[in-house]
Amino acid sequence: MNDRSPDGEAVWAHRSRLRVIPPVQPRKLAKVPFVELADGRLQGVVSSGSDISRVYVSSIAAGTHNYNCSTNNNRPCGGLYGSPCKHLQALTAEAVLQYGLDRVATYLRVEVPEGADLIACLSGGHEPAPAAMVFSRFLRHLAYLEVPATTVPIPEMHWFPSEGAVH
Amino acid sequence: MLAVQLAGLLDGDPEGTGEALALVDGFDDALVHGLARLSEERAEAPAALAGAFSATPIGDRLAEAAAKVASGSITEEHLTALAGGRAALFGAVHDALLADLDAALGRERAPWYPAPRSEQDTAANLLGGARSWLRELAITGWRGVDHDLVSAVDQITEGLTVVPGLRRLAVLLDGFAAELRASCPVGTMEHLPVRRWADLWTRALLLAQDGVLPGEPRPVATVSGRLLILGVDVHEHGTAVQFQVHAVLEPADGGQARLVRTSVTAAKVDTIVGPALWKLAHDHKVLLAALAGHLSLEVTDLPLLDGGDVIWHDDRASLGKPADPFTTARLHLAGVLAPAVPPLERVPVRIAEPVLIEGYEVTGDGSFDLGGSVLAVDTARLPGCGPLTPKLVAGSSACVGLVRWDGGCWLLQPLAVQAKVKRETVAVGTGDWAQGPTDPKVVKAEARSGDAVAVLRERAGRLLRQ
Ligand SMILES: [Zn+2]
Repeated sequence: MNDRSPDGEAVWAHRSRLRVIPPVQPRKLAKVPFVELADGRLQGVVSSGSDISRVYVSSIAAGTHNYNCSTNNNRPCGGLYGSPCKHLQALTAEAVLQYGLDRVATYLRVEVPEGADLIACLSGGHEPAPAAMVFSRFLRHLAYLEVPATTVPIPEMHWFPSEGAVH
Repeated sequence: MLAVQLAGLLDGDPEGTGEALALVDGFDDALVHGLARLSEERAEAPAALAGAFSATPIGDRLAEAAAKVASGSITEEHLTALAGGRAALFGAVHDALLADLDAALGRERAPWYPAPRSEQDTAANLLGGARSWLRELAITGWRGVDHDLVSAVDQITEGLTVVPGLRRLAVLLDGFAAELRASCPVGTMEHLPVRRWADLWTRALLLAQDGVLPGEPRPVATVSGRLLILGVDVHEHGTAVQFQVHAVLEPADGGQARLVRTSVTAAKVDTIVGPALWKLAHDHKVLLAALAGHLSLEVTDLPLLDGGDVIWHDDRASLGKPADPFTTARLHLAGVLAPAVPPLERVPVRIAEPVLIEGYEVTGDGSFDLGGSVLAVDTARLPGCGPLTPKLVAGSSACVGLVRWDGGCWLLQPLAVQAKVKRETVAVGTGDWAQGPTDPKVVKAEARSGDAVAVLRERAGRLLRQ
């Protein structure tokens, strides 16, 4: 039984316990601690290679494939010379690890021929985009790590079965 | 669970279930398209739902709510009444299903006693915000949901998350909103989880009523004795994981053994998956050691809630002798006292009744054939943080699992199996890796992907306190 199979309509319509969002794959987080497909963009946060306290906010818009990269204080990335910088390359590579090529390509609406690199298939140009919102979503993401665990039962979690025994 | 018990369980749905579910389905379909756009055909759905209660004290209120909603006047009060009606119908279905299951298993269930009232919470503005977001959702319908509508709940859940008494609502809204966000634009989605999203919407609206969630858990008793673990059920969405341990409590005072659950829920992010999840529960070392080592626990003065949940305190527990879940199940499940289900939790999705099943043949699709009665096995839901795999389940000779009901069918969710590994019969359970994976292949894979929890905690420590 696979919830996401094409013949799953009846399953989807009448089941209460589903995993609607496919689980993501584990990956090393040090270089690109945050990646998401949200608000019509592949966006995330990439660590600076040289300065531990600096991060870059990189994003690629679905459809147009226009991209941007800047520091979290909106200073443009020096690596954008008419083509995606190394941060954008790291972002897409890690997104593919996390979500799988299909999910990222579908979200960005890009055709990736067999064996090709996703970022090489993008046709957009540089277009400034606000970094602050993505950065604040990253901070919100990190804030979950600081929420204390609880031993009070949460019956609502019965709607969210774990899955993903893949070993 | 014996063949004759399974045959009894599978022998037709309880009376009235089909009719109740048809009314629920009609209402759920109205939520797909939005209550602002009720066509003539769907406009009858809320009225039909209300009609089921015409002979009850809430009948008038529901009928009025259905009429008002159909005429386009969609207030929070009307929506709450309809959500209450839907929950009551599902509650009746739950009761009938659980009664069938108890009858089939010959399981005795304790009556429900209300817990003492406690002070109400003072987060009225947060609850009001949640209710008004849920109203917007219902008016818009799943098909109309866009990024802006989903994002509107972010601040509300952020606020709810830090109020301990409202964590249930926060965790629910967070999981729900993430699904809506990932499905945007929902209008182009091929299949919708119609019943599921209506379930989540209904429960959220009920929890968001003032005074429904107690500020503090309200125990009905404290318990002491020996805790024998049957297995752990793992629940997970992007930002939360709950480890729910099912166990038999042998009370220290010598009374009847009882089924209990005890849980640890941790906040997380989507990139923390698989065996790394256990690190989030590391404060509960005694519990994790008992899970990983198949050990019994001696517990003292643990608060017991009205639904059979024991509130875990690691400092009130100590490790006991080895205890194999299969021995526990064989010894106790036939005569155990099952807990009552609190009113607000009466919903089929919460049915998760521990059973032992053996002597089955595994069919081609992985179901268990027990003397001609076939029980579907939910192998798609084996948690990634444990060693149980569909292959192990398919090769097993005995299984301790949870009987569940979903989408009109009874299912078995394995918690532990007895299977031959290298010609030796071993017990493998979902909690075996609670202290870290023991399979060298998995240990290696974990090392490759690094310590996600440590990396993110380090970032959080640096960036959140600037
Ligand atoms: Zn850059």
